[in-house]
Amino acid sequence: MSKMHVTTTINGEPVEFLADVSSTLLDALRGSLGLTGTKEGCGTGDCGACSVTVDGRLMCSCLMLAVEAEGKSIGTIEGMAQGDHLHPLQQKFLEMAALQCGICTPGVLISARALLEKNPDPTEEEVRFGLAGNLCRCTGYDKIVRAVLETAADMRESAR
Amino acid sequence: MTDIRYLAPNTLDEAVSAFAAASGAASILAGGTDLLVQMRAGVRKPGTIIDIKKIPALTAIEDLGGGAFRIGAAVSGAVLAEHMGFAKAWPGVLEAINLIGSKQVQGRASPGGNLCNSSPAGDSVPAMVAAGAVVTIQGPNGKREVPVEAVPAGPGRTTLAPGEIVVSFTFPVRPKGASDAYLRMIPRTEMDIAVVGLGVNLTMEGGVVKAARVGLGAVAPTVLLVEGAAKALIGSRLEDAAVEAAAAACRAACKPIDDKRGTIAYRTKVAGVLLKRVVAIAAARAGGN
Repeated sequence: MSKMHVTTTINGEPVEFLADVSSTLLDALRGSLGLTGTKEGCGTGDCGACSVTVDGRLMCSCLMLAVEAEGKSIGTIEGMAQGDHLHPLQQKFLEMAALQCGICTPGVLISARALLEKNPDPTEEEVRFGLAGNLCRCTGYDKIVRAVLETAADMRESAR
Repeated sequence: MTDIRYLAPNTLDEAVSAFAAASGAASILAGGTDLLVQMRAGVRKPGTIIDIKKIPALTAIEDLGGGAFRIGAAVSGAVLAEHMGFAKAWPGVLEAINLIGSKQVQGRASPGGNLCNSSPAGDSVPAMVAAGAVVTIQGPNGKREVPVEAVPAGPGRTTLAPGEIVVSFTFPVRPKGASDAYLRMIPRTEMDIAVVGLGVNLTMEGGVVKAARVGLGAVAPTVLLVEGAAKALIGSRLEDAAVEAAAAACRAACKPIDDKRGTIAYRTKVAGVLLKRVVAIAAARAGGN
């Protein structure tokens, strides 16, 4: 009887689901909601694989109860591309092979988008700080950072 | 699995009543960056979770004028960082709060949670001690106000009575020529726990220190207010001898442990080194006001 009814918005779509009080937003996304693009790494807020946005703000979905999603607007990796049209970060990550095993990639992309929304012209150091909460166990950081910097440059160019 | 109840009251009175009624079986949820990890590890098994983020006083940032602020205990670091007025008045407090975890953690973690988790190495606490911030606490017996340094009782323990909730932090009026700074020593540059953390709050007038407070973390069971260091600084022009005397007071205040992050000897030495560095930053900021 501990399940609670949650009404929320995920990637712009109204969603209702039932959640155990003790389950995290990550559990709900990957479980009953079937949105498995958000990954579980450490489950303790250290690795960033479960990164999502909540009302536009970057968070770890493993550090938030599913019931806290009530009335919020959640953004996951599934909402990053518009249909077949990839987000510039996704396109650039493919072009530059800025991933190895890929487990960290959804979280890195969500974090990188949040970073570029706040800072469209970051330095390399700012990118590294901005992504410090996203661990890549393959240690593929260099290509990730370069892809984010190149995407930022492209997006600034196309915004002119 | 036992049933857990989740409550998200809209008023402080409801939260206090529910918290008191649960008589120890409830946990307060602000950002959850400690609570959810502790629940996952089985260290905490609350029967009721009381989410305090729907209570306006817990998430408000109030500019009281003259550099004074009241910050809700559940305000996240990311939200506070976007308040330009607070950053200008209390840069040291803000840099300390913003050192807690990654951008993701900043989206949730709050100064109230950092204080109540009562880690000796909590980054925001030494800075708030140095700032002279006052904690407003609401409980079954009403409201009380205490200085930040009166809340931690030891690792993971506070002086809060059963049913009491930390509501807000009040930062005092800023005189002209006042500023603050915080530094922590960690083996890497980001995402680590302090080996030593130190906050300094200075008021300067014509190059002379008129008021000073020093908060020191990660070197004792609780964060410390180092009054000896403040005494050494007050009345000085931050001459080498005065700053060295303040550093010596910080070293003398240390009662650290040996652990994987640092030895007793290292932590003690670093406390003095940080005092000098943080005083220099705070003085430069105070002079720039």
